[in-house]
Amino acid sequence: MIKLGVPSKGRLMQETFAWFSARGVHLSKSGSDREYVGRVDGVAGVELVLLSAGEIPRELAAGRLDMGVTGTDLVHEKLANWTDVVAPMAEMGFGFADLIIAVPACWRDVTCLHDLDAVAARFRAQHGFRLRIATKYHRLVRQFMTAQGVADYQLVDSQGATEGAVKNVTAEAIADITSTGATIKANHLQILEDGLVLKSQATLWHSKLAQGDCSTLIEKIGITP
Amino acid sequence: MSRLRAEITRLSAVFQSAGAVRIETDILQPANVLLDLYGEDIRARAYVTLDPLRGEQMLRPDFTVPVVQRHMAESAEPARYTYDGPVFRYQDGDTKRTAESEQVGYEVFDRGPADVIEAEVFALFYKTLAPHGLMASTGDVGLLVAAINGLTTSDARKAALRRHIWRPSKFKALLRRFSQPVLVNAVGAGGQQIGLRESFDVDQRLVQLADEAAAQPIPQIEIDALNDLLEIKGSLLDALTQLQSLALRLPVIASAVDHMLARLTALRVAGVDVSQIGFEAAYGLTAMEYYDGFVFGFYANQAGWPAVASGGRYDALTRVLGQGRDVPAVGGIIRPEFTVRLLEGDMQ
Repeated sequence: MIKLGVPSKGRLMQETFAWFSARGVHLSKSGSDREYVGRVDGVAGVELVLLSAGEIPRELAAGRLDMGVTGTDLVHEKLANWTDVVAPMAEMGFGFADLIIAVPACWRDVTCLHDLDAVAARFRAQHGFRLRIATKYHRLVRQFMTAQGVADYQLVDSQGATEGAVKNVTAEAIADITSTGATIKANHLQILEDGLVLKSQATLWHSKLAQGDCSTLIEKIGITP
Repeated sequence: MSRLRAEITRLSAVFQSAGAVRIETDILQPANVLLDLYGEDIRARAYVTLDPLRGEQMLRPDFTVPVVQRHMAESAEPARYTYDGPVFRYQDGDTKRTAESEQVGYEVFDRGPADVIEAEVFALFYKTLAPHGLMASTGDVGLLVAAINGLTTSDARKAALRRHIWRPSKFKALLRRFSQPVLVNAVGAGGQQIGLRESFDVDQRLVQLADEAAAQPIPQIEIDALNDLLEIKGSLLDALTQLQSLALRLPVIASAVDHMLARLTALRVAGVDVSQIGFEAAYGLTAMEYYDGFVFGFYANQAGWPAVASGGRYDALTRVLGQGRDVPAVGGIIRPEFTVRLLEGDMQ
């Protein structure tokens, strides 16, 4: 029996079910809609585990899931050594999201990271602390900023409603995922032209540490990693 | 383990007999000071933990900051300190390096002649490590700072270059940007005023950007000289000859080169065989963020080892931590785990 981890609610779950369904594997919630117990039809030897998308990387890394569906962003953020512990099997074509850096639109002098870096230096000199960037993607953003040579900033943790952080004066800029950019605009922010940290989508991952034999499932859904 | 303890005690005794007072610092350090100093990058290396009352704390990633703080708070000058104990650093994505390692350090806060103090510190490390047959590399960030200060360009551009000395790829990108006519920047969309940054600052910077677009590029001859400076590498004596000839093209580095010559003389007086010392103008620019003058490291010919010892001058750090006061500071650390391994190798 191998364990397949799938996000436990919302659109991500529905689209994952549809993706597998189109490949002859029917996933469903058994029992009541509120119960997190899954059913698998169309292939033998697969157990469906429903859990939060944010926990799937950790479970794959520990080998407690053989395969799992979650975003590229979450795997790259949560697993420092992700290439050692998981392998992407299929990009699933939904759950698209870009991790981007955005600043207030009223900063007319800032369109790129070079500007952000220059403003960070001024900001620190004027305010006595580093320019704050609100995000929940600490590792990814820090690595990106280091590679791009942005200094004099600090990350402040924001686990939700991040686009509101500037308006609420808890940060000067944000790094968050966006699909259409509508929320960014609605919160009076603009995306930096070179501020794309990562392009993410829902991806089927295989755990390199899990012991189960996934070949039947892989053959059934017809993917070649 | 007992061998390591014995080596730590021995090194500490060497530093104490050179005139250092042994001091201790806390392992748990308030995170805000370290974060303010090093920026976010330190989070990728230091263990951060949360105290519900005291806020974020860090396991000591180095001794320099607590030692400088202690000195600035209470001590008379000149002062020489030694300390020993563990530091904690993790490598994001690299599980092979040890997270906890020992250091034994020697730091000098002294307003005496800079060349003599630098030679004193280097010679002490040189003599202490002599039995191990290590390679010594040196550099001097002061040369680069002098070269930047002498560029034919605005103070704002010089400040931008100085700020990124320790980020070589960004530094090169800035140098490229400043060596050609700047395109007028596209101006952002504009929108409702939100956040702490005020509109006058935006307006002020827009004026600066316009000035920038009108500014003359840094002359190519100066860019070439600066790049030639960064390329200088070889034995200390060779490098000095190269720098003296470069100083004819780049006269602004002359006093930094004179300082190097004075240090060379002081090193000889202190008993260092200078013919065996290496020099690289770009040495230490990636790994040694707070050093702003003379820098040095001692290396074993072993793949994957860090420097067995390293150090340098960090005057600017004392200015940041001294809240208005500053003091010339030179120091360094030895990693006793590696001198022990070298000793064990010698015995086989």
